[in-house]
Amino acid sequence: MHELGIATSILECVQAEAQRHPEGRITKVGVKIGELSGVDRDALQFGFEVLVKDTEWESLVLELEYVPRMQRCSKCAYEFRMTEFDPQCPLCGEFLTLCISGEELDIAYMEVDE
Amino acid sequence: MNRIAVEKKVLNENQLLAEALRERYRQRGILCVNLISAPGSGKTALLERTLERMDKSTRVAVLTGDLQTENDAQRLAKFGFPVKQITTGGTCHLDAKMIGKHLEDWKLEDLDLLIVENVGNLVCPSSYDLGEDAKIVLLSTTEGEDKPLKYPSIFFKSELMLLTKIDLLPYVPFKAEVARENARRVHPQMEIIDVSSTTGEGLDTWMQWLAARQQRAKTKLQSVGT
Repeated sequence: MHELGIATSILECVQAEAQRHPEGRITKVGVKIGELSGVDRDALQFGFEVLVKDTEWESLVLELEYVPRMQRCSKCAYEFRMTEFDPQCPLCGEFLTLCISGEELDIAYMEVDE
Repeated sequence: MNRIAVEKKVLNENQLLAEALRERYRQRGILCVNLISAPGSGKTALLERTLERMDKSTRVAVLTGDLQTENDAQRLAKFGFPVKQITTGGTCHLDAKMIGKHLEDWKLEDLDLLIVENVGNLVCPSSYDLGEDAKIVLLSTTEGEDKPLKYPSIFFKSELMLLTKIDLLPYVPFKAEVARENARRVHPQMEIIDVSSTTGEGLDTWMQWLAARQQRAKTKLQSVGT
């Protein structure tokens, strides 16, 4: 539902970056979407296409990278992908494991044609 | 082609505003909580019972968000505390800018507790930091026990889950134990309090939770001041 707003924020970020690189043209923006970010990738991609259509940014490519939820065991420090909401460490059986990734909603990079 | 690393949050602007709000609260020892749930889980009813139980000397204020109408603000204003409605006009969540704008004509010095009632929605509000100390998610017994699994983001980000409408448990197929288990699968450290805004059950525990968090906000302020 809020993906159009997220798409707008991404485009604003690209526009701000474009001012810092007046000699080049930004062709692609890479965004990390965490499993826990609450953002639907298809809806975001669609919202972005609608947003840039018939504008100077029409050819700008939005590349989304999905970041799964990873946990780190508080006992043995093993890092594992959390599936089925099971927080237990598969190595040592400890239940207290901490989330170390999956909340991302970050602009990772942009590609510029010089 | 040249690839440049950016490493910036998509909602960077909201994040900056939220951090500024958080700092303003911190400097004054204000506790800010952000109440989030699906529409109809009982956020406003809980706030009515909460304000009713507040000592009249409590310096509490409420910002309540909806797409349209002033209904919630009218319901909450009768308890004598400052209440302001934020009508988003269609936006499905509150953001830090809206909070900042609606705080403009309130003196933060006069507040100890700020309660934000978000727009009824389990998805979008989870992405927007409002500068709160804690997000609180409500799940009512008239919903499904699997909501925490369907909407993990908000259950993961909330410190406390209030299981509301527990007076209806004898009449609905909802299994409270399964709901709690699902919530803890998504967020093992989550605190859970069962409440009923109709019978008052659990409200003392909720009020104590709020008081303890307020105390913590004040203590932090003092330790910074010394």
